[in-house]
Amino acid sequence: MSAAIKTELTCKELVELVTDYLEDRLPLPERRRFELHLCTCTGCRIYLGQMRALLRACGRLAEEDLPAATRGALLATFREWKGA
Amino acid sequence: MMPASQPLFGPAVESGSVGGYPSRHHRAEDQGEEEVLEGLRHGDEAAFAALVDKHHTSMIRVARLYVESAAAAEEVAQEAWLGVLQGLGRFQGRCTLKAWIFSIVANCAKSRGARDKRTVPLSSLGQDDGDGASVEPERFLDGGHPRWPGHWCEPPEAWNEDELVSRETLAAIRAAMENLPPTQRAVMTMRDVEGLGSEETCQVLGISEANQRVLLHRARSKVRKALEGYMCEGEVSQ
Repeated sequence: MSAAIKTELTCKELVELVTDYLEDRLPLPERRRFELHLCTCTGCRIYLGQMRALLRACGRLAEEDLPAATRGALLATFREWKGA
Repeated sequence: MMPASQPLFGPAVESGSVGGYPSRHHRAEDQGEEEVLEGLRHGDEAAFAALVDKHHTSMIRVARLYVESAAAAEEVAQEAWLGVLQGLGRFQGRCTLKAWIFSIVANCAKSRGARDKRTVPLSSLGQDDGDGASVEPERFLDGGHPRWPGHWCEPPEAWNEDELVSRETLAAIRAAMENLPPTQRAVMTMRDVEGLGSEETCQVLGISEANQRVLLHRARSKVRKALEGYMCEGEVSQ
């Protein structure tokens, strides 16, 4: 524990490591420091929560409908290709 | 040794399509894909329609990373379908079908760009804007602060989850992504909107893993920052 305290991460540093953390690319000691900091810091927990919320919302951006006309045109292309 | 405040830790990512660990997600997807591919090889129109329903709008978004107009992106996506059909026999399942299709879209978009001389300069990879902090430095206490150096002095506030997925907020996220430098926008689109893994994103965009992560970090940080501004404004106007 004392080693971790000695090198305690600051919030300013943590926000720069968030992507590496989410990507699971932090070396284990770094990951420990990161998580230890989260245990004691509401602001950083919220920051990480915001980032995860953003990623969930981004996934929703892919929900778009395909216009029927476009679909029809593509199917026509397919028939052409098949006939060729 | 650590307090059990569970939901924080464990897998960094919750769902297959968001930010990494794509394998389980894709494996389930692959089984359906095998059937679709088999159908396509036999000229089955329903199989093609299923593929179109699943990928066409994504293909337009990918094309938009390279070409200026929505109309051009639509044309690129249509052209890419011919490439997909023609290349079907060569697809070996070494990446997901989606990543393979995206690569074809990227190639079509680039060759179209070469013809029009009007592409977004996605080729200038690594030439993105300088660093910039993920969060404004003013929001942290000074490094020389006696008790809390580098800690939040203006911490973020939790967002309302319902508001976050409202149509308006999603539009704000989309707009923030539009404002990113092209390579950052491309990486974030592939990873966080289309749900590709990091390896596939690197393949499609032709960038290194390290570069991909840096670009992703900058992109996500900027969009979070923009969204924070948007969410605060919303509260004020209520």
